Amino acid sequence: MSLAMTAVPDLLLAVVGGALRVGTPFLFVSLGECLTEKSGRINLGLEGVLVFSAMSGFGGAYLTGSAWLGVLAAMGCGALLALLHGLLCSLPRVSDIATGIALMLLGAGLAFYLGKPLIQPQAPQIPSLPLGAWSGSPAVQTALSVNALFPIGVALAALMAWGFKNTRWGLVVRMAGDSSDAARALGYSVNGVRIAATTVGGAIAGLGGASLSLYYPGSWNEGLSSGQGLIAVALVIFARWHPWRCLGAALLFGGAGAIGPALQSVGVSGGYYLFNAMPYVLTLLILVATCSPSQALKGAPAELGLSR
Amino acid sequence: MATSHRWNAAAEALLLPVFALAAALLLFGVFVWLGGASPVEAWKLLFLGAFGDAFSWQNTLLRAAPLMLTALAVALPAQAGLTMIGGEGALVLGALGCAGLPYLFAPPANALGSAMVLAAGALLGAGWVALAGWLRQWRGVNETISSLLLGYIAIALFKHFVEGSMRDPASLNKPSTLPLNEGLRIGPIMGDAAMESWLGDVHWGLVIGVVACVVAGAWLSFSASGFAMRVVGGNARTARLVGLPTDRIILLACALGGGAAGLAGGIEVAAVHTAANASVIAGLGYTGILVSFVARHNPWAIPPVAVLFGGFAAAGSLLQRRLDLPDASVLVLQGFAFVFVLAAEALRGRLFAARATAKRPAAPQPAAAAQPQGVA
Repeated sequence: MSLAMTAVPDLLLAVVGGALRVGTPFLFVSLGECLTEKSGRINLGLEGVLVFSAMSGFGGAYLTGSAWLGVLAAMGCGALLALLHGLLCSLPRVSDIATGIALMLLGAGLAFYLGKPLIQPQAPQIPSLPLGAWSGSPAVQTALSVNALFPIGVALAALMAWGFKNTRWGLVVRMAGDSSDAARALGYSVNGVRIAATTVGGAIAGLGGASLSLYYPGSWNEGLSSGQGLIAVALVIFARWHPWRCLGAALLFGGAGAIGPALQSVGVSGGYYLFNAMPYVLTLLILVATCSPSQALKGAPAELGLSR
Repeated sequence: MATSHRWNAAAEALLLPVFALAAALLLFGVFVWLGGASPVEAWKLLFLGAFGDAFSWQNTLLRAAPLMLTALAVALPAQAGLTMIGGEGALVLGALGCAGLPYLFAPPANALGSAMVLAAGALLGAGWVALAGWLRQWRGVNETISSLLLGYIAIALFKHFVEGSMRDPASLNKPSTLPLNEGLRIGPIMGDAAMESWLGDVHWGLVIGVVACVVAGAWLSFSASGFAMRVVGGNARTARLVGLPTDRIILLACALGGGAAGLAGGIEVAAVHTAANASVIAGLGYTGILVSFVARHNPWAIPPVAVLFGGFAAAGSLLQRRLDLPDASVLVLQGFAFVFVLAAEALRGRLFAARATAKRPAAPQPAAAAQPQGVA
């Protein structure tokens, strides 16, 4: 009984801390995907972008000795890979879904190849913000010491939510996603807008890669991302293409991902793999609940060929 | 004129992937050159490691066998209009099903028993991919995302059972299920003469793979139900208008594809690993996606493409040993190939169009787009 009394708050703290730690990569990838999809394209390849940028972020930080230069490298490499997606999809008869699958394989291949010498060394890490400094409890302090990129992600979500509504750029991106004819009629190049949105989306997803390799778990290895990028893509559907709801979904999934390790830390060891598979199951259930066979999803960019 | 168009389309179907692969190999050469290795040496080793001698051929064919089946897992749903990439999950569960059936009862230790364990694997794989198809038809869940997610879930289930309740206590360092009974295993094609023959220990899985591809291609081309599936894939609205049972056809395509990948997992256990363990999770399902795309989802084209990519995979260790390239070099080559094959799609219908229009400037564009064969 007393074990349960102490275990439950510990578990909750671990889940909250996990939501912030594990949720940060989800946040960036889903914001990147949100931007891409608003312009009318799907980039399933963000899984590949995540792995590749995690590797290049780690490599950049290791070579330059500065975590922030590593973050920049991750953004740049994420943008490059996403640019390739944008360019390929602009060719006639090239499907964005198929290209996404190709980028998933290419991103992982390049990352494993170039990242081979990076598996052993240590790189400088992104500093953490002690948001739990007000509390005397070390457990609270650990749970609330937050990746310095996380507030940037929150600010980015706010900026995107505001920008989609209130800026010319936001309007153009949404127009390319909702009615390419309208965008063309106003003299915008639909492909150009989509390539730009995909590339910037890749740079944002690159921040997620940097949080993986430079904060938590904070090293580079080939099993660093196992589907987080893909889950984040699915989260955008759940978030109905709204940046704020992307933030909520990312935190929810970070928490779900933390349940397995948290239960282990309080001594529940059975079903380790099943608990680790929770985020995938949850994503699938959420897709089943949010999608509908008959009508387009509310808030979905009209040009998006997500479920035809 | 019609026959020349058909000939042009066929030539294009062959030439575009060939150009794409050549471009991928070229870029791969540049890539290793940037890393300080000799591209010519890399190309030579790729060829030698894949097809250089009898041993390379054995290695290549061993790797090609499961790729043919996992490629079918992509190609068959693609013919019905789906981008289904659940091959990896179906393969892993197929391996689990094959190794798991003897836990339920003892199958006869002969060919019938082998067929039973393989069927168990195929059934699990079929159900798994059909689940993604059902979610799509029932709830409109994007099948590419759901099949990938199901793949991760399948791997988690696999590890849960293999490292948990199904674990062979004797497997200390590498958790495995109990090894399959000798009589249930699939032997080399050459039987007892395997060691002397050039085919070596290439097993019956290769024959199963080739036969499955040939039969699937014949079914799609010559049977009414195969034609119906291509109609659904070409234009689902038309299919519904002419009264085809779209839902059922799509589920069938998914189940057949998943069954093929599940069979591949079963064969990997019964012919290669003798038990289900982590060696089964080798990305064969993902390479199968690439094979299917290069073969343009045509089952008849899958066996040669699978042999080619099986060969590249076989050559990977040679590249690693001789040129000191990371083992992921094969993955990079595969990634390049995938990107170029997709990009080549943009040239479809144009390769010969320039010449045709030059001859007859007033003629309309070739009606290549009217073929229902194409899968987006």
